[in-house]
Amino acid sequence: MASTTGPIKAAPWKDPDARPFVQVERVTKSFGDFKAVDDVSLKIYKGEIFCLLGASGCGKTTLLRMLGGFETPSSGRILIDGEDMTGVPPYERPVNMMFQSYALFPHMTVEQNVAFGLKQDRVPKSEIADRVATMLGLVKLKDFAKRKPHQLSGGQKQRVALARSLVKRPKLLLLDEPLGALDKKLRENTQFELISIQDKLGVTFVVVTHDQEEAMTLASRIGVMNQGEIVQAGTPSEIYEFPSSKFVADFVGSVNIFEGKLIEDEPEYVRIASEELRATIYVSHGISAAPEAVVWAAVRPEKIFMSTVAPEGSDNVVRGAVQDIAYLGDLSIYLVKLATGKVVRVTQPNTSRHAEAITWDQQVYLTWDPSSPVVVTR
Amino acid sequence: MSSGGRRPTPFLERFGVTGRALVVALPFVWLLLFFVVPFVIVLKISFSDVDLAIPPYKPLLEWVGQNALAIHLNFNNYAFLFTDSLYVNALVNSLKVAAISTLFCLVIGYPMAYGIARAQARTRNLLLLLVILPFWTSLLLRVYAWIGLLKANGVINNLLIWVGLIHEPLTLLYTPLAMYIGIVYSYLPFMILPLYANLEKMDWQLLEAAEDLGCRPYQAFYKITLPLSRNGMLAGSMLVFIPAVGEFVIPALLGGPNALMIGRVLWDEFFSNRAWPVASAVAMLLLVILVPFMMWYQSVQARESAGAK
Repeated sequence: MASTTGPIKAAPWKDPDARPFVQVERVTKSFGDFKAVDDVSLKIYKGEIFCLLGASGCGKTTLLRMLGGFETPSSGRILIDGEDMTGVPPYERPVNMMFQSYALFPHMTVEQNVAFGLKQDRVPKSEIADRVATMLGLVKLKDFAKRKPHQLSGGQKQRVALARSLVKRPKLLLLDEPLGALDKKLRENTQFELISIQDKLGVTFVVVTHDQEEAMTLASRIGVMNQGEIVQAGTPSEIYEFPSSKFVADFVGSVNIFEGKLIEDEPEYVRIASEELRATIYVSHGISAAPEAVVWAAVRPEKIFMSTVAPEGSDNVVRGAVQDIAYLGDLSIYLVKLATGKVVRVTQPNTSRHAEAITWDQQVYLTWDPSSPVVVTR
Repeated sequence: MSSGGRRPTPFLERFGVTGRALVVALPFVWLLLFFVVPFVIVLKISFSDVDLAIPPYKPLLEWVGQNALAIHLNFNNYAFLFTDSLYVNALVNSLKVAAISTLFCLVIGYPMAYGIARAQARTRNLLLLLVILPFWTSLLLRVYAWIGLLKANGVINNLLIWVGLIHEPLTLLYTPLAMYIGIVYSYLPFMILPLYANLEKMDWQLLEAAEDLGCRPYQAFYKITLPLSRNGMLAGSMLVFIPAVGEFVIPALLGGPNALMIGRVLWDEFFSNRAWPVASAVAMLLLVILVPFMMWYQSVQARESAGAK
């Protein structure tokens, strides 16, 4: 999982006195009976890259479009830089958007596309030329200024779209699946380029994506959305290491979820009896749940150790047979089938080139550290 | 020799006629029969002398004496077109009427095409059907219906009198206004359909992008939609303009005696004066004037289907 520290070094969202740059206050958007966005409240701070992450149809794009002014909230309000945006049309907002389809004007050259917004604002001609040139330099498209969009590759179009939305120096830039149309290699490079550009210009980014890896790389904070609601908002590592629900744990990265019953509930530790593991799970931190409640322990595949010798102790140990192996180069994924039929996913880094390989149908023991499981109650 | 042997060459292929050549040849044969041959006949007539005979012109080629073939080429028919101001006036007037009608079709047709293109899929089909529906009845019938609407005790006058806006019936029929109404009404679908086909392909997100960059909706229309629909406008305009120049029926039925259109002059020369050579010369002149427009239309079409903008 590639997770960089975001561009923000301090964490303004932890400071109760910090003034949020974008405030979404109890915003709901309904289309007929369907609530695309359901009572969402959100605070985004200056200089952040905030990612709205969710599957398609979760309402993330609708929320973005409301920030851009293309949809009006059915209820609630949005403040940008302290100003109520209710009733402010897109062309009067201090916001620019990069569209998923890029929406480049096909009858204009790259240069004209980028200059469009500045001309609209009646910026003096010489200044337009300067700013367009600087921007094209920043996205490395200086040699393509005279080309038309249909003469560009996907990656180049993406950069024109970025240049066009940044050249007006918006306070807030909205990006709708900015890297969606690019292939994997290009996408990775562009992710880091986006971060460096954002760092240079200090613009606040709100990014919509369905790709959790993209969200992890780009974001200072991620808001995970499901069925119109933000189910959890936090830094990438918070979301990954401390998911608040089965949904988040499952959506962000891959995870093993073990269902069980709380049998010991102490402030320092809990013990969960899991039917599907035929084992007890010992967790070295307390949780808040009713005694005997059904809970779920989420354990990341890379936090499970696999060995052919039985480890010590009886907690957090299960036994099974290797059902499938996927070799990915840097690491391998093992699917281990337990006696109960439950399949556990384990990843192991391939640290040695000549490691004694565990192979198909071999009996293995799986174990994990007591600090690894995250216990969620929903 | 292998037992399979060679497939015997089909009969036609022995003469170099393949199925492929046949398919390609078909439209050419069609054009030859129904365009080139009549065209050559008309061209021929336009160079002959009038004669009181059936058909009413003298042959171009004539045997004189034993072994001599005489060719009579009469250029007077063309010269005549430029000596009598009637023809030039009719031509100029036709071009003017066609141009004004095209403009009105564009102004009326654009919002309609735009509305259809932006309507929801279900309404869109209904609206398109409504545009095409008039074609299901004959043009002549529809023009006669306009006579019923426009005449002194017609629907429009009666309605206006009944409402109390006027007390005397207005003279609507047999005026230039009636003629323009007829032409614009009849040719409007030819403007709407290519425009719709063009606008329908448009990515409406471009307008959101323009608004995002600071355009008000009308500015976005002017800077994005309008330039992108240029080919549609040109195609529609040519489809209206070209046939409207030679329009004969509508001016004759709605325009009254003063509507001097080249199509009508041609009709009169041919049927009333039985001056086939002059009528043919008029037809050739009209063709020469319209060919550049047709070529322009063709290039617009080629550009549109190539998708290059």
